Amino acid sequence: MLSIAREPIEPHVLEAVVRKGDGGIVTFLGVVRTRADDGRLVTGLSYETFEPMSLDVFEAIAEEVRERFGDVTIAIAHRIGELAVGDIAVAVLAAAQHRGSAFEACRYTIDQLKARAPIWKKEHYADGTAAWRANA
Amino acid sequence: MRIRVLAFASVRELLGVSSCELELPNGARAQDAWSALIERCPELIHHGASTRLARNACIVSFDVPLADGDELALLPPVGGG
Repeated sequence: MLSIAREPIEPHVLEAVVRKGDGGIVTFLGVVRTRADDGRLVTGLSYETFEPMSLDVFEAIAEEVRERFGDVTIAIAHRIGELAVGDIAVAVLAAAQHRGSAFEACRYTIDQLKARAPIWKKEHYADGTAAWRANA
Repeated sequence: MRIRVLAFASVRELLGVSSCELELPNGARAQDAWSALIERCPELIHHGASTRLARNACIVSFDVPLADGDELALLPPVGGG
C-alpha cells in the first residue's frame, strides 16, 4: 500500500498490510509543525509531487526494506495539496514478526523517502510570505 | 525532435508553466533542453547546479541524449516528509 493522498490521511488504513503473525507494528506520522526551522510561524504547507516517479521510489524503498530487514511489510501514504498545522503530511507503517526490524524498517523508509521522493514543500508564513523548503 | 518538459515547485514557478513542449535539433542532449529553457527564463541559470533531471521518470545526467517524444522532468531539491 504505497500511495499519494489527495485527501486527509487516515493512519489506520495502512494497517491493511499487517499480516497475521506479525508481532511488531511501528507507525510514523509526519505532521505539519507550527514553527519553521528558522523559527517563523507557519500557517500551512503546500505539497506537490511528480507522482509516477514518487510511486517508483516508494516501490524501490519497499524492496530495499525486504533486502535489509527481512520479512517486513511497509505502507506509505504521502499527502499532497494544501495542509494546515496539525495535518498529517506522511504516514509510514512497518510490520514484522519482531519490533526490532519494524522500528528499523520504519526509520529507514521515512529517511529514504525524505531524501529521494520527488515531493516538494512550500511553507506559508503568518506574515503572508511563502518559500519552498528542501530537506537537509 | 519534440520533447515535453515537466517543471515542479520553484522551477515551475520560475518558468510560469508546469509543462511545455520544446523543439530541439536531432542529437540534442538534456543540456541542450536546459539551455533552451534558460533562453526563455534566464533566472533558471542559477538553478542548474541544484536541479536534477528525469527522462521518462528515470534520473539522468545533463549529458544524456534525448529522443523524440521524451518527457524531461526538472526536479528541484526535494522536501517531502
